[in-house]
Amino acid sequence: MTYRLRVNPIACTAHGMCAELLPELIELDPWGYPILLSPAVPAGLMEHARRAVDACPTLALLLEETTGPSLLS
Amino acid sequence: MTSIALSAYRAPELRLPRLLAGVSYYHPTGLAEHEELYGPLPLPPPAQRYRAGRQRPERLIDLVERSGLTGRGGAGFSTGRKMRSVVARPGRPVVVANGSEGEPASCKDRLLLTRAPHLILDGITLAAYAVEADEVHLVVHGQEADLMASLQDAIADREALGVDPVPIQLTGIPARYVSSEQSSVVQYLSGGPAKPTFSPPRPHERGVRGRPTLVNNVETLAHLALIARYGDGWFRGVGTPSAPGSTLVTVGGAVARPGVYEIEMGTPIGELVMKAGGPSERLQALLVGGYFGAWLPAELAWPVPMTHADLRAVGGAMGAGMVIALPVTACALAETARVVSYLAEETAAQCGPCMFGLPALADTLIELAYQGGWGRAIKAIATLVPLIEKRGACRHPDGATQLVRSALTAFAADARWHDRHGPCHGVGRAPLLPIPSDEERDWDWT
Repeated sequence: MTYRLRVNPIACTAHGMCAELLPELIELDPWGYPILLSPAVPAGLMEHARRAVDACPTLALLLEETTGPSLLS
Repeated sequence: MTSIALSAYRAPELRLPRLLAGVSYYHPTGLAEHEELYGPLPLPPPAQRYRAGRQRPERLIDLVERSGLTGRGGAGFSTGRKMRSVVARPGRPVVVANGSEGEPASCKDRLLLTRAPHLILDGITLAAYAVEADEVHLVVHGQEADLMASLQDAIADREALGVDPVPIQLTGIPARYVSSEQSSVVQYLSGGPAKPTFSPPRPHERGVRGRPTLVNNVETLAHLALIARYGDGWFRGVGTPSAPGSTLVTVGGAVARPGVYEIEMGTPIGELVMKAGGPSERLQALLVGGYFGAWLPAELAWPVPMTHADLRAVGGAMGAGMVIALPVTACALAETARVVSYLAEETAAQCGPCMFGLPALADTLIELAYQGGWGRAIKAIATLVPLIEKRGACRHPDGATQLVRSALTAFAADARWHDRHGPCHGVGRAPLLPIPSDEERDWDWT
């Protein structure tokens, strides 16, 4: 079982908590919105990813299970 | 190829036109005239419509799938498969006919809506029958009062004769660029603003008020009205095996006879330009696919067949079938900058990268085109584009960046000139690409 991150760009209002808590996978663009460096979450970062998801004030960061390499766009 | 049409009405022998066969220059085709031309709506008699075991609605979906009809609104997805995915979901489906043409450069849907409304209305009822929907909408721009009135008349004529088993509800939607996107239409019909939503879920999964929803462009539905009458073999009689049938295209810019033309899928772009009277000036490039499309140098575009696959192969897009010819005397960068400014104003302001990125991109392009780039503009654009792309809920930001990317490829030498030396002579020319005036534009979302 692997997990990947997804941002709901409509919900996101650029609080930037995710980049603070998960700098390994998330950077901020010049306007403060998250850029996912890689959607796939390595096992070692799962705990941090969960924390970042929980910390998002607008629930815009999503952690989804993936079953294989073929992802929904 | 077997052809099982639902009606015995004889297929016309002429290859083209099909959709525009009955179109008069002056008035909409009335119901009587329409039936004389194409025969009655090919629905089975009420008693047999949903008789158990015969699966008649399913047969219509099979027919559409065999015909190879694809969406004519821009995405080019298989209409039969779309119907099937709606039917596969639990719940009674809703059918939405999308006639809210958002592209300023396109008028083919408007032409069909104003001149051949009954073809579209037939298609809506057939689609509703195929997916067994009990709620049916036709969506057009609410600010076009004349169009709304004429469609309401056409629907009333049919109601008087009991043509449509499920009543067709006409809805006016804000005339904003992103409001014609299918998730915007669905959100509007569910009582929300006409802005795109985060997907998945897609409309076929959770559409109007949570029900599975089939959203089709009105031209697609007009084709469906003919396929149901004449069969899939007839439909495949024109076009190419992988892109069958005919399609409506809007040709504009520096051509002698701009307008809407019905062509076979796969007609070379050059042939289409000649059909529109040929170039009225020497051409440098063609904008193919509208404002989400791409600039292609004229000599490259000329032999390319009008299909989604062929255009993608040369870095273009077919979109809803627009071709605009740019003369050598015009400045492509100024044209692009004006369109990107318009697209930036049309953002729904929901996603940060679109809401902040598009205005920044537009400002840089305006500067490059009209003042010169001071050697910095191209670099600034190259930095901005990846910050915008694929980061919105809908394709609006991606459409704009695709246009910019294609401009910097097709007009690389011009862009370098502007960046180093300042604007060219072309910027003084009157604007070519159509942009709605402030009065024409709808600033409201609800």
